[in-house]
Amino acid sequence: MTEATMAVTTAQAPAAPAARRLLIASARWRWWEFAVWIAAFAAIVLLPRQLLLLNEIAILALFALSLDLILGYAGIVSLGHAAFFGLGAYAAGLIAKFGYGDPLLGLLGAAGCAAVLGFATSFLLLRGSDLTRLMVTLGIALMLQELANRESWLTGGADGLQGVTMAPVLGRFDFDIFGRTAYVYSLCVLLVLFLLARRVVHSPFGLSLRAVKLNPLRARAVGISVNVRLVAIYTMSAAYAGVAGALSAQTTQYVSLDVFDFIRSADVMLVLVLGGVGYLYGGILGALIFKAMQDYLSSVTAQYWQFWIGLVLVILVLVGRDRIGALFSRITVPFSRGARS
Amino acid sequence: MTTALETRNLVKRFGGLVATNDVTISFQQGMRYALIGPNGAGKTTLVNLLTGVLRPTSGSVMLEGQDITGMSPFQRVRSGLARTFQINQLFPEMTPLETVGLAVSERQGHGREWWRLAGSKSEVIDEAAAILERFGLTDAMGVPTKVLPYGKQRLLEIAVAIACRPRVLLLDEPAAGVPEEERHEILDIVSGLPNDVTVLLIEHDMDLVFSFAQRIAVLVNGGLFMEGAAKDVAADPRVREVYLGEGGHG
Repeated sequence: MTEATMAVTTAQAPAAPAARRLLIASARWRWWEFAVWIAAFAAIVLLPRQLLLLNEIAILALFALSLDLILGYAGIVSLGHAAFFGLGAYAAGLIAKFGYGDPLLGLLGAAGCAAVLGFATSFLLLRGSDLTRLMVTLGIALMLQELANRESWLTGGADGLQGVTMAPVLGRFDFDIFGRTAYVYSLCVLLVLFLLARRVVHSPFGLSLRAVKLNPLRARAVGISVNVRLVAIYTMSAAYAGVAGALSAQTTQYVSLDVFDFIRSADVMLVLVLGGVGYLYGGILGALIFKAMQDYLSSVTAQYWQFWIGLVLVILVLVGRDRIGALFSRITVPFSRGARS
Repeated sequence: MTTALETRNLVKRFGGLVATNDVTISFQQGMRYALIGPNGAGKTTLVNLLTGVLRPTSGSVMLEGQDITGMSPFQRVRSGLARTFQINQLFPEMTPLETVGLAVSERQGHGREWWRLAGSKSEVIDEAAAILERFGLTDAMGVPTKVLPYGKQRLLEIAVAIACRPRVLLLDEPAAGVPEEERHEILDIVSGLPNDVTVLLIEHDMDLVFSFAQRIAVLVNGGLFMEGAAKDVAADPRVREVYLGEGGHG
């Protein structure tokens, strides 16, 4: 029987080509993915008056993508993701303030700091339930906020970090008051990190993360060291959030204590709920909806816009995104069939 | 004949309850074993001790001469000890192909590779496809596991364990809950498992036990009541009294 086993494995199994196609198909680019990115870049010329808002959307999308990596792909809930956003923002702000104004250098520094914090705190999340994780992540963000408040000699405390001056991107593109450079810069960073994330979730490592999320007991029973995988993705996610914070600090040239706010952690969760978890585009779609709604509603009803966001959230959760999605795909399926043939 | 898996004076206490009472047993390489015992005899606890889900109060577990008592479950799998679960433990949203491919890829040591697309290594694909064919799962390999008929899910449960290429395999009631008409598929697979793999079957169904096992270990009240050749155990009047006497052997 051993010989027989060896024989089937050395000769190619008849089903192997089909298996290869099936596995690779899940990573194939779909038409609408191209559409999303073309639209995002087209907005540079099509919506020149909205570039500041678009920049905020791109940054929020990256922040939400970072949360999606742990929530959608590894099943780790967090109510303190702003810890990494905030640390990245302060790191980038301080790097610029102390004379290293090159934006990309700031991004690297921020990613590094956030990754170190993510790695160190990931071990607190390995044990315990979702509730423990919510509380631990929340607590870490609150501690950092208080730390930034107290160490005002470095952070500016409640006055915020002043004097952040940025050098041109790549030494050529100065940040302008219309947000054009800011948006292009943020969008390019988002695209690069998105492509990396897309690669990771479709890799063997990404597959093992899905397995850990779906059934940790079985994941261990196929020899996966669950903890190592969770530490790795949490560290990566933290670095992403740090970059999002850095983009925010660099493009507004200001950092205040609210980068660590609980509201920020809650909003990014809300963004993912709006856009959907576990397919990478949820962050982008959610950020778009969230910011567009916020922008529109706050112009209509400046004080009560959060009421309407809350209402949409309640409807979304009660009706279920699946049903809304099914309605959407009934409308778009004929079109996508046409596009494929 | 070499010893594949053995326990030495294994004890597990839960407070005042002794769930595993001084069990010393060895499983020889390539043999088929069945572990039987009335409900509450400690079969599940023993399986959990062997697979590392529980740590023993005292005693040790040895796999091919190596002490694995302190190893966590995933390390034991990597050392060659795989299992199936009595209640399916699968990945509902993943396809059988992804599930088996994952297990093969992990065993081959590709699990941490984040820069490559899953499905781009032909060693993984070929082996996964071969296993799926052997288990008759090729037609269903691309659909989510949760929509498969229960019998197919049971087959996948064994296929995943085989994909870990174990030298010792623990089968926890492999045919439990499978409808009669799908049952023979499971039994064929179980009886056709590679000869060099040591198999320990935990089972209530006496027909399956006696058709499969060369040797049988009987647990009673957490202790090893007897271990011996299948026909000797079947003929032993004390075993008939404590276990088979309850009407199990029909």
